[in-house]
Amino acid sequence: MSKININKSWKYDEALESTSHINLKDKYNLFIDGEFVKPLSKKYFKTINPATNESISEIAEANEKDVDLAVKSARKAFKSWSKLYPKERAKYIFRIARMIQERAKEFAVIESLDGGKPIRESRDIDIPLAANHFFYYAGWADKLEYAFPNKVPKPLGVAGQIIPWNFPLLMAAWKIAPAIACGNTVVLKPAETTSLTALKLAELIKDSGLPKGVVNIVTGAGKTGAAIVNHPDINKIAFTGSTEVGKLIERSLAGIEKKTTLELGGKGANIIFEDAAIDQAVEGIVNAIFFNQGHVCCAGSRLFIQASVADTVIEKLKDRISTLIVGDPLDKNTDIGAINSVEQLNTIEKYIEIGRKEGGEIYQTECSLPKKGNWCPPTLFLNVSQSHTIVKEEIFGPVLAIQTFRTIDEVIEKANNSPFGLSAGVWTEKGSKVFKLTKELNAGVVWANTYNKFDPCSPFGGFKESGMGREGGLHGLKSYIKFE
Amino acid sequence: MNLPDLSKIPKIDKLGVIERTNRFCKRSIKNSAKEMGLHLSLSMIDLTTLDGKDTPEKVRQLCYKARHLHDSMEGLPNVAAVCVYPTFVSVATKELEGSGINVASVSTAFPSGQSTLEVKISDTKFAIDQGADEVDMVISRGKFLSGEYNFVFDEIATVKEVCGKAHLKVILETGELDTLDNVRKASKISMHAGADFIKTSTGKISPAATMPVTYVMLLAIKDYYKKTGIKIGMKPAGGISTSKQSLQYLVMLKETLGDDWMNKDLFRFGASRLANDILMQLQKKKSGFYQSLDYFSKD
Repeated sequence: MSKININKSWKYDEALESTSHINLKDKYNLFIDGEFVKPLSKKYFKTINPATNESISEIAEANEKDVDLAVKSARKAFKSWSKLYPKERAKYIFRIARMIQERAKEFAVIESLDGGKPIRESRDIDIPLAANHFFYYAGWADKLEYAFPNKVPKPLGVAGQIIPWNFPLLMAAWKIAPAIACGNTVVLKPAETTSLTALKLAELIKDSGLPKGVVNIVTGAGKTGAAIVNHPDINKIAFTGSTEVGKLIERSLAGIEKKTTLELGGKGANIIFEDAAIDQAVEGIVNAIFFNQGHVCCAGSRLFIQASVADTVIEKLKDRISTLIVGDPLDKNTDIGAINSVEQLNTIEKYIEIGRKEGGEIYQTECSLPKKGNWCPPTLFLNVSQSHTIVKEEIFGPVLAIQTFRTIDEVIEKANNSPFGLSAGVWTEKGSKVFKLTKELNAGVVWANTYNKFDPCSPFGGFKESGMGREGGLHGLKSYIKFE
Repeated sequence: MNLPDLSKIPKIDKLGVIERTNRFCKRSIKNSAKEMGLHLSLSMIDLTTLDGKDTPEKVRQLCYKARHLHDSMEGLPNVAAVCVYPTFVSVATKELEGSGINVASVSTAFPSGQSTLEVKISDTKFAIDQGADEVDMVISRGKFLSGEYNFVFDEIATVKEVCGKAHLKVILETGELDTLDNVRKASKISMHAGADFIKTSTGKISPAATMPVTYVMLLAIKDYYKKTGIKIGMKPAGGISTSKQSLQYLVMLKETLGDDWMNKDLFRFGASRLANDILMQLQKKKSGFYQSLDYFSKD
């Protein structure tokens, strides 16, 4: 078969985004009661640039006492914030949204520096979407009674929010915007590897004039998170992260009156039917698994191709991934950036090894990788089955497990044959088939002829071990109100 | 030669195509990559004049421009060809003799294609006799849209025969084909019927070349190559007037068909204003500032 040759003569030159406009401190304190305060723990930890494994800045580590201060501040602020005229709340939230847009370039660069994601994604997806979430929920703030007719929605109180490292600012926006729009106050903990944009958001919130204590940001790792979860004066826990930690949280909250939403892991089935627009489906496969280095809970990490087109799709997919550029996250041409941390890289490599050992046929592109930093080339596993570990477990990296199927019933059964139920993709030109699958797939989100598309208006969340509760859209409000 | 199996043509999802072409435009082409890309683009241009008001003198002026793009700048490539009506082929051939620049002639009752096969054959024969190196024919869009694919196929195959050694570019006039699925289908018919190049537009219909349309045609070329090992060329024509656009097309070409297609034997721009914009960019790269367009000759 004739081969397509990429990267022979015309190569793109380095096109680095400038870092001269960003403003980073050597040391970041906790954001409590509208001020940056030193941690009572007196401890700091380093935040690392995963593309070089060099330290960028030092971040305060909040202990139980620090968390307690943050909760107290939030409780104090709740009294007036929850009673503030709703349209005034909306004004503050609109202002935050606009300020994110104004500082978008700085946020984008810091997001890529700290987290390793390509600047193209942080610039075009993460930061604009984060601003859009604030815009969207600002709009709801004074219309809650219309969202829930014949009911009287009331805020819950103090919300403890713990977010992951894959979409740092975006997840902060997902959590903070609906919470404060409904009149709650917030104690938010970003992931320890990616605290910077949350702290920049704290600076922005301070500048915006939002009343003190409405948003508190405490930094730290698992212990800090546990302190939030176990704090007795918190009314609501919202967690996005691994299923493992999600289960721990749910266990520790059993029997306690705290509203909980969990957005956990996934193993999304991406299903290509023979009647799909094949070339565009191949693009969809790439977007589904290689977006954000595969660090996406709803990634389409299990690919199902109808047997009659399997060879064609796989060949086209191999050609396509040969054009993907892996490298410096700040290069505007980078498609796949750095793996977020050494630990995560180890996890991914462990799974690749398991995949090989269990007899999967591995295919990786021959792309050049930088010498320093954490990198993983786009990886395909062919000839695997539902029984393979890499098909069953979430890898959270650029690794795709490919299976074939023959009939629609077979693929529905296999797609649902997973403890997760977060997302799925369906590729077909036939509308009736799309509706059959949306009905029968056990997934919170089903994309038709596209993948990894997000919008503040659209609810997001999973079934089974992928979590409980919904974020985004009108449904996202429900997680932050109670009815009188 | 027979009409290929049209039931096996991959479907096209327009939104997916637009998403992909937008991604090509996000590539940032800088420094030496930009310079090389601009030189390459320049070498791929078919300088074109296809107006009712054309005269031998006008064609002579255009040919002079083709040979002397910007004499004050050294190391510039020549454009690939000059594209004219059949009646001016002899003028252009004479003017371009020994320059390595090809003469392309439109034919087959360009631009509408509304004539009999006999007229189309003699139109093409005339152009070849006059010395055209390349022939740009149009397909019968009316017949195509009526589902008479055999008619379209046979017409192309006949013209190809008449062309002999001359390169045949088949213009689909995508602005009249309505859907990207039709573009894909017309591409396949043309390639199987013997096209050396497939080309988007006459330039007389709006929209002319767009990135989505060109991308779909590149995908068709790729599938044909995978199946037969034969490399078909691509020519987007009309509407590409800036250096930036030309670089975006090159990115699309590279990431779809690979570096083997990155030369004038397999890729052309049908454009007249593009050359000066590229010259202006190259001049800026050299001197550090933009010169007025008045310093670049318009022919």
